[in-house]
Parts: sequence; structure tokens; C-alpha cells
Amino acid sequence: MFIDSSESRDRFGFGFIFSSEWDPVKEEFGALPFIYGTILSSIIALIISLPVSIGVAVFLSEIVHKSVKTPVSFLIEILAAIPSIIYGFWGIYVLAPFMRTTVQPMLQSVFGFLPFFKGQMFGTGLLTASVILAIMITPIISSITRDILNAIPVSQREAAYALGATKWEAIKMALLNARSGILGGSVLGLGRAIGETMAVTMVIGNKAQIKASLFEPAYSMASVIANEFAEASGSMHISSLIEIGLILFGVTFVINSLARLLIYSVTRNAS
Amino acid sequence: MKQNTLKLSKPVNLTRRKVTNSVMISLCVIAGVITILPLLYIFFYTTKSGISSLNPDFFTQLPKPVGETGGGMANAITGSLILIGIGGLIGIPVGVLSGIYISEYSGNITSTVVKFITDILSGVPSIVIGIFAYGIIVLPMQRFSALAGGFALGILMIPTVTKVTEEMLRLIPQSLREASLALGVSRWKTTLRIVLTTASSGIVTGILLATARAAGETAPLLFTSFGNSFWQTNIDEPMAALPLQIFAYAISPYEDWHRQAWAGAFVLIFLVFTVNLLVRYVTRKKY
Repeated sequence: MFIDSSESRDRFGFGFIFSSEWDPVKEEFGALPFIYGTILSSIIALIISLPVSIGVAVFLSEIVHKSVKTPVSFLIEILAAIPSIIYGFWGIYVLAPFMRTTVQPMLQSVFGFLPFFKGQMFGTGLLTASVILAIMITPIISSITRDILNAIPVSQREAAYALGATKWEAIKMALLNARSGILGGSVLGLGRAIGETMAVTMVIGNKAQIKASLFEPAYSMASVIANEFAEASGSMHISSLIEIGLILFGVTFVINSLARLLIYSVTRNAS
Repeated sequence: MKQNTLKLSKPVNLTRRKVTNSVMISLCVIAGVITILPLLYIFFYTTKSGISSLNPDFFTQLPKPVGETGGGMANAITGSLILIGIGGLIGIPVGVLSGIYISEYSGNITSTVVKFITDILSGVPSIVIGIFAYGIIVLPMQRFSALAGGFALGILMIPTVTKVTEEMLRLIPQSLREASLALGVSRWKTTLRIVLTTASSGIVTGILLATARAAGETAPLLFTSFGNSFWQTNIDEPMAALPLQIFAYAISPYEDWHRQAWAGAFVLIFLVFTVNLLVRYVTRKKY
């Protein structure tokens, strides 16, 4: 990939990352809108998903009885195994109309004074992509959080109860001890969100622009490759797309290594 | 220094603690519910929209042009099977072998590196693997081909198969290996005949899991296998695949094609669900 992207690297240098021009006709290529769309949608997805994932993990490992736990964990596993194309398909025909008619007007009427929630509501756009991503990464983060909570000795919670702590206080203690593992799990989820292609391509709106409003269509690195690669017009176009792929690979590589190291360090101490 | 202790100097408000407790616990329960909701919604919606357009034609007919009703995805289903076959030929041996290596020959630096690389590989976006296959196979061959698509799927299968193989082999008691070695059986033969045979059902479920995942992959096929609307079984040529066809139909503006796409989506979900149930059943029986 490094070799195949040489043409665009030679021509644009580091400016590639900071330019927001993307015009195949004039052969002007800059990756900034894609990097922006990818990072922002993934981070919003993580913000939505993290509290829910921790809640689910606590729910499964600390609260419910085994008879509820087994089917629910199974369902969450399935959620992780559904092909992303189906998420995307569902996103276009169910989630996007729902966002346009219900969620987005609500957000606008409450937070309308912020620039993030201004403007036209299309249904598809950055926010919808984030919601789909949040649904997709929740199983990953919650299963890792659950494993880490299970790795924390029961005696610790018993000690907390013995001191008169309520259930939540005991759980909070366990969560505090599990925090670096939870961080590792969220980083892993972030990596997955950044690399996610099909579902995002189908709902993000596919427009190379940087706008403050989250309702506006945007573009992500993976989607532009998916949309333009097979019908790229010239060798410079292909080369630029490969360079975007290279950036994507670099980003996910760094993020995943970080997450793995965090998770390794926690589970090694626990066992 | 800040310490994580109960502050006893302040009078502890019991009511407030109890209220916080119930609020937080209910929030966790709500979190559980809102995670399950989208799944059930997707599942029932797909079933509802898919099953009505699912008929024998779907499995036996070729796609019809826009405007003509009927038609199916026979070529896409066959294409998917061929692609997965090629992927399996690459992904399963490599995955099982590296799983064996990590589990049976652990402790040295190479196996740690292999383990780390497998973990990283499982996090590489599938579209990046698509570009890799494009660079390695499509560019030199100068055309899109099923071979390139299968190669990409094979690479995607490796980490899952490796991980499951490793975990299954680790569950085999050490005493079994020692017993075999004590009888004078060589190490590779112990691994092959005793350890691998004992773990085979677990490994097979892992392979099924990886296959189900590969069957739903779209992104790496977009510019390797490319898709095809005709009957085509030559692996040297562009080939249709079920997820590719779903994608093409889903973003089209035609009502008729949407129905076909939902039927395809239903077939995929059904596959994923069955395989996962099967895996659950097989693993529960043993552990």
C-alpha cells in the first residue's frame, strides 16, 4: 500500500492530510474532510455507547440472575455478528426516517442554540452514522467490560458490603478498579468504529465537507474508498484513495495496539 | 495524597445513598434493555420484510432487469459460496496452524509476536484488507476476480480461526499431552493425533463462526470480486456475492429491488443466527 500510494504522496506531501479539496476532475485530492468525518462520527459513537455498554456489563455481571444472563449475553453476541451491510440497510430505511422525524427535531428544539444542532434535517448524516456505529460497538465494549468485571475478585465486593456499602457503591468500587480495562475496551471499540465501512457509507450522506452541524451529510475515510475505488478515474485518484487507506490502517494500528496493551496489562495482573 | 476511602468525617446520608443506589441500578437495567431493542428491531424487521419476498425463485433465478418482476439471486448465492470456499482454503489452514503454534509452542518471543499480530489483524478494517488484496492480486492480473475476493475473505478469517483454535487447545488438560509424550510419542504426533483430535469439535465451531462472518463481509469485495449480474463460475472473472448484491439493491431507487435485498438480508441474518446457536449448543455441552 505504501508503494501504491507513492504517486499521491509525491505530489501532495503532508498537505494531503490538511487539504479539504477533493475534486477527481481537477485531480485535486485532500483527505481532511474524510479524516474529520471518521474521527468525529467515531467519537460521538463512543460517547453514546460507553455509558450504555458499562451499564449492560454491570447489568449482566452484577445484577441479574443466571437465567436472564445467558440469553441476554447470547443476544448481544448476535448483535456483534450481524453483517454491517444489514445495519446499513436497516439504517437507511428505519433509523434515518426516525432520526429525521423524531430525534433531530427534538434535539433542535432543545439544543437549537448550539451550532451542532442547526440546519436542515436530512435523516442521513453524521449523527445518524454515529448512532449506527454506537449500536455496532456496544457489544464489543460491553463484553470486554464484563470480562474485566468478572476478573475482579468477589472478595473485594464482599468487603465493601461488609463495610455497609450499598450495591451501587460496591459496583462503583469494582468499576474504579476496572477502569484501565474499560478504557482498553473503549479504545478497541473506537478502532472498530473508525474502520467500519458499509453501514457508515449507507447513512453518513457521502459529501466531502466540514460543517459544524451534526445533521449535515459528511464522509468517512472508509466510505470514500468503498464508493470511489472501483470506478476511480485515473492513477492519481487510485493512488490518493490508497493513501487514505494507508492513513486508515495507520490510525487503526496505533489504536488497536494501544487497546491490546491496556487489556493485556489488566488481565495479566488479575490472573 | 488522595486516597480512595470512605469519608467518615461527614455524616453519611442514608436516604440519599439508597436513592442513588436504586437510580443507578435501574439505569443499568435500562442500558440492558436499550442494547437489546435494536437487535430485536433489526431481527424482526428483516424477517418481516424478507420472508414475504423469499420464494424458490430467489434461490434459482438470475437477477431480472428493472421493471420485470421476479428473478432471484442464484448467481450471488453461488458466488458467495465459491468466494467463501476460496477464503476457507486460505484462512482455515493458516488460522488453525498459527493457533496451534501459539498454544502448543508458547513461551518464546515468536509466539508472542504471532499472537500480537493476530490480535492486530483482527482490528484491521476490512476495507483496508480489500485494498491489500487489490494491490496484490487485482493490479497484477489487471482485472477484478473472484480469486482476489476469496483471498481478502481468507485473510479476514485468519484471526477468528486462530483465536478459537488457541482457546480450544488451551482447554485440553496438560496431563493428556504428558501422557502421550510419556508413551514416547513425538511432539508433533501428540499435537496432531491427541490434542487436535480432542479439540476438533471446538475448532470446527470456530471455523463456522469465521465463515458466517466472512459470508456477510461486503467492503473487501467491492473492488476485488466486484460483482456480476450474470451466471459466472470462473474464479478468474468478476463474481457476484450475496452481500454485494444486497448493497447494490439497497441503494437503488426501485421498490422491487429493495424487496429482493431484504430477502437477501434475511438469508444472511438467518445464517448468522443459526451458526451462533449451533456454536452455543456445542460449547455448552462441553464446558
